[in-house]
Parts: sequence; structure tokens; C-alpha cells
Amino acid sequence: MLMQRWTPRDVQALINGLRTEGVRVLGPRVGDAAILYDEIETLPIGYGDEQAPGHYRLTAREDQSRFGYNLGPSTWKQFLFPPEEAIFRVQDGEFISCREQPERMAFLGVRACELAAISIQDQVFMGDFTDPGYASRRENLLLIAVNCSQASGNCFCASTGDGPAVGVGADLILTELRPEDPYYLVEAQTEAGQSMISAVGGPAAAPGEIDARDEALAATRLQMQREFATEGIAEALYAALDHPHWDAVAERCLACGNCTQVCPTCFCSSTREQVNPVSLEVTHMRRWESCFTADHSYLSGGVVRPSVKSRYRQWLTHKLAGWEQQFGVSGCTGCGRCVSWCPVGIDLTEEVAEIRRSV
Amino acid sequence: MKDPLLPHLVEMQSWQQESELVFTFQVAPPEGYGSFRAGQFNMLYLPGMGESAISISGDPADRNHLTHTVRAVGNVTRALHTLRPFARVGLRGPFGRGWPLAAAEGRELLLMAGGIGLAPLRPVLFQALAAPERYQRVTLLLGARSPEELLYSEQLLRWKSDAGLQLLATVDVASAAWRGDVGVITDLVQRAAINPQQTVAMVCGPEIMLRFCARRLREIGVASDAIHVSLERHMQCGTGFCGHCQLGPYFLCKDGPVFAYPDVEPYLMTQEF
Repeated sequence: MLMQRWTPRDVQALINGLRTEGVRVLGPRVGDAAILYDEIETLPIGYGDEQAPGHYRLTAREDQSRFGYNLGPSTWKQFLFPPEEAIFRVQDGEFISCREQPERMAFLGVRACELAAISIQDQVFMGDFTDPGYASRRENLLLIAVNCSQASGNCFCASTGDGPAVGVGADLILTELRPEDPYYLVEAQTEAGQSMISAVGGPAAAPGEIDARDEALAATRLQMQREFATEGIAEALYAALDHPHWDAVAERCLACGNCTQVCPTCFCSSTREQVNPVSLEVTHMRRWESCFTADHSYLSGGVVRPSVKSRYRQWLTHKLAGWEQQFGVSGCTGCGRCVSWCPVGIDLTEEVAEIRRSV
Repeated sequence: MKDPLLPHLVEMQSWQQESELVFTFQVAPPEGYGSFRAGQFNMLYLPGMGESAISISGDPADRNHLTHTVRAVGNVTRALHTLRPFARVGLRGPFGRGWPLAAAEGRELLLMAGGIGLAPLRPVLFQALAAPERYQRVTLLLGARSPEELLYSEQLLRWKSDAGLQLLATVDVASAAWRGDVGVITDLVQRAAINPQQTVAMVCGPEIMLRFCARRLREIGVASDAIHVSLERHMQCGTGFCGHCQLGPYFLCKDGPVFAYPDVEPYLMTQEF
């Protein structure tokens, strides 16, 4: 595979070029003291982050890096599977689809774990049944991925096998090197990626620069402090459904649902009926839901999972065990968001380790 | 692209009260609906109220009607209860895996139903009793809270007298006129003529009833994997998108609602799972 060498100006030219073509470029921006994903015109410069269980701080880096941070609370799923979406509306007694012709989108700055998460959600929404909204947004999407040149305190993608090197599925892969005066190694995985490279140009990378990329990735791998034994995890968790440690987690867990909201693979949703107070037109809406709510397991006979313990167990066993049987892969890609954004700092890697210690 | 979440508009053709809270109605199937398999369900929709997963309780061979028997206990089902012919409702389906009727051919078919649990089993009776020679015997064990809550009584008695259905019923609380059993449904097992080694069982009712029926059936020698149950969770989408109806590795809506009992037993035996 040929590799180009780009300057930050070339990356900007890519953004400009896509925007000129009418592509909505979504990527990192700084907001609410975090890195958020949003429509962008430029990339933020010189930001890093500091992450630990229940802890996220945006930091300043003394360099010019554009991708010197890891993951904030945003996920790309908010664009492919929006937090709230109209499915159909009722007009004059007829059911009218609200699925719209999608705009073309480009995600810029997709990390390896996030690319894996997108392919996992693809299986949810384009598997046995196809969600036409998700599928059409997915078809009109360019994925510009970034190899991580550093790991956060909560990253563990090396353990899940999803990173830090970007796998298949991206159109374009960037690697940021020499953060004080950054340049980018650029590889295309698809024709669309190839034509983005052609549009921007830039010189071919020197042969030795592939080594620089691999060294950066190796360093990132070494930085990861969390390890997570994924082997045999489904059997271990199903064998431990009555393990006393679930009670210990429940004593700390607030059942707030933060973990499910920041998780790039969580896909649960609920529907509700929205009535326009003027026209009285009814719209059938779908919005993100969390298995940590009582409503999630509501049945006419009552709530199946009334306790916090049962909800945490449901989340974790689904994510790490049930998922494998449902979709052939784990539901966790090692992004660590649920660890960072848990208000009490529950770390699933530690909870699993604790349970596995005595199964 | 076809949207599995977009309902079709259908018209209510008939309506019948079954008991205080239970009613049966029929709608004309939407265009292109095809056929359903016994044990499958439809998603019924009322604008402003939402959707509800309702099993299909009619004859799979009848391509002109979709029959639903509903217990008015939730927002949507209570609203459905107020409708009469020729009200219009939304419908999409059919969803789910049905009962393994083919596996029961040449063997004994034993159905056990508690309360409204008879609704998703009635299509099995329609189908099996249309060709009773395919089964060594067809048995229905029925449990209800009271005689007034027994569903489809006239039809069941007709099947008993005309089609060879072995029918036994029990209630929790009898009325003065009740001549049948009083007690739990598992007690009917020993009173019925059953050849356990030849039996394929299909059970639907409250979860606790499923567990005790499976236990009783195993005690008399029915093979574990010949016991099939239909489960209930909050099925909101029918497609596996919404995640509400999960039980362990399964989405009840598309992997079920019918399961071989051993596949779901460990999860049913775990509290609050």
C-alpha cells in the first residue's frame, strides 16, 4: 500500500475539499471542557487529556498536535444512530415514513476502537433486519481514521484486539508523528480514500516512515495501563450470574446510565409518541434508552430487573458475553469511556477480574 | 428500502369479549403479509399510544384474517380494548420464531397453557387438529384463575368432541357451576393420558408456571429438549434493534419467543435476569 506524507495544511485541505463538495465533516472540537464530536471546519491544536476511573480533564499540550488526546464523551454513533429520531408520523390516518434521504458525512479522527464499534453497530442495524435510516447514513459515510499516537489512562484496546492500529473498514488512515511539528502518514483502504488522497496530493512517504508509524503504535500499546483478559469471558460470566461480587458493584453503581450513553456500541432504544400541539399530528419517535432504567425491563407483570445489581449484571453480561453469541464479537472495544465517565469510577476491567478470580 | 419499523394500516373486522379483560379481534392482513407460523406475533400500533407485541391467536391456514387475543392491562392494550369494527390500527409482522410443529409430527403433542398463554398456542391447535392423523395424540392442559377466564371454551369443547382433543382444565378459584379441577396446572399432568417418551410439549403462561411445568414434565420422563416454552419480555421493535427483550444471549423477539427449554433454563432460574 502506498503511503503519502501530509502536512497539517494538507489535512485542512482535505476538510475544505470535502466541505466544498457538500460533505458534512464531523470531527473533534473543544466544548464543555472536553473533546466533542461535531461539525467542524478546522481541527483543535495542542490538546491532550488526562483520564482515570471517574476522571476526565482536557489538558494543554506544549505542541502542535491535532490528535494528541484520546476519547471524550462523544461517540460516532450519535450521527449514525441519533439520540432521538423520528421513525414515522401519522397524517390523515396514514403512516408516513420519516426516514429522510441522508446527507453525505465524513467522520474525521475515528480511532481504531471506534472503527471497531461502528462495525459492531453495523451488525445490530444491518443484520437480520435492516434499519433503513442507519443503513442509508452508513452508505453515505466517509471514514477517516487516525492511528493513536498515545493511550489514555483508561484505554485497553490492545487487550480487546481492536487497536491501537486502525483495522479494516476505514477509507483513509492518518498517523500523526512528531507532535511538536506534526506531519501525517496517510494510507487509503478504499477507492474513496484513494480519491481523497488524489484530491489533496502531497509527496509519497519515504520507505522508513512506515517504521515510524509502527514505532508510534508500539509505544501507544506500551502506554496502556489496563489489561483485560477476554479469553473465555462469556463462559466465565455466565457461570457467575449469582456471584456475590455483583452486590459489591451494586453498592457503588448509581444506575445513572452514563456508561451506556458514552458506550460506542450500546444500542438500546425506546419509542415514544410525540404529539404536535398545534396540528395534533403524531410522530413515532425512537430515542436512546439504557438498561439501567426500570422502564427498560418493564412488563405488564412488573419490572424484570428491579435491583441495581441486576441491571449492572445485565449490562456487563450483555456487553461481554451475550454479545458474542448475538453478533459473533464482544460488545466492548476497549475505549474506556465507561470507566472515565462513571461518576463513581467503576472500572469494568477490574470488576470482571474480580469476578473471574473466584469463578 | 423496506422499513421493518413502519406499520401498515389495517381495519378491525370483528370483535369479541372473551372475559372481563380479555378480548379477541380480527383484522384484514395488510398487502404482502403472506402467512404466519403458529407462535409468531405482530406489533400493533395505535397513534398516540404506541406499539404492543401481540401473539397471533388464529388459524395459520386462514389468509384472510389475522386474529389477536389481548388482555387489556397496558396503555396500548387498554386503548385497543375500546376499539370496535371498523376501527383502523397499525400492524407490522409477523415476527419471531414459532412453535416447532414439524418436530412433533408422528409424536404426541402436549400443550400446556395458563390464562392468556393459550392465545399463542391456539394456532397450534388449529393446525394440528386440521390433520390429527399426523400426531399420536393431541392434548391440551389448561389453567385459569376462574372458570370465567377460560378462553375459547366452546371451540375447545367442539375440538374435544369432534377432533379428538384430550382436554383437561383446572382453575384456581371455582364457581358453583364448575365441574372441573381446582388447583395448579401441573396436577393435570398425572390425570391425562400421556406417553412421555413420545411427547413434544409446548408450554405458555407466566414464567413461574413454565418452570414448574418443565420440572413436572421431566419428572414423568419427557425429554428436556422436547419441552418448548414461549417467553415474554417487553418486545418493542420485533427486530432486535431496541434491546428490551433480551434474555442472556437471546433477543426474544427474533430468537424466540419460542425456545427449547434447556436453552433458556439457566437464565430463567437466575433471579432478576
